[in-house]
Amino acid sequence: MAMLHIVNKSPFERVAFKSCLDHALAGDSILMIEDAAVGATDGTIFSEELKAAMADKSVYVLGGDLAARGVSEDRMIDGIKVVDYAGFVNLTVENDTTQSWV
Amino acid sequence: MATKKFMYVNRKAPYGTVYALEALEVVLIAAAFEQDISLAFIDDGVYQITKEQSTDGIGMKNFSATYKALGDYDINKIYVEKESLDDRGLTADDLMPLVWEDEDDDWAEKPSIKIVSREEMAAVLAAQDVHYSF
Repeated sequence: MAMLHIVNKSPFERVAFKSCLDHALAGDSILMIEDAAVGATDGTIFSEELKAAMADKSVYVLGGDLAARGVSEDRMIDGIKVVDYAGFVNLTVENDTTQSWV
Repeated sequence: MATKKFMYVNRKAPYGTVYALEALEVVLIAAAFEQDISLAFIDDGVYQITKEQSTDGIGMKNFSATYKALGDYDINKIYVEKESLDDRGLTADDLMPLVWEDEDDDWAEKPSIKIVSREEMAAVLAAQDVHYSF
């Protein structure tokens, strides 16, 4: 049972993102939206933790939310996939269940 | 009316919540009352003044250009905490070049942004009369 985890809180401000990483299982997908999008940036105090999770989980970011916060895609951690709203919908369809870490 | 030192503390990323936009509107109103105004960008607040923000993909109004108008309202004390930038993999080069024109120096264009350490930021905050938190 693959699960899609949706995170919308900045990893620098709340523990929601960390809690998501602590509960997501191998094979799950994690999608960063809204304020969580900044977590896709490489070279931050959070990036190593996310890279470790990417060893056995797929990580996505909503491109529009990243651009709105002035973070260009070439600043992202390698391996994170950028999706648009249609890609967001596809992820919810491809996974058996969805959980939002609000 | 006596002049007071007003500090607007910005600690949230833009667009995810309405804090950043609300703070900007309150600052512009305050500018009309000719008080001594400072802005601080701490924690995720630094994302409010990153350059090249594009909201095309989220269907929201991009209000980042409004920060560039602050100098025209004599708001030129904009403090950005270095540790907050460092933690997020950002540098001063990732921020919009906010400037003001100095009337007493032949309208020379001068930078409004001061990158300060956390220790310096604490001192700046302590030196204010009123704090507004966003």
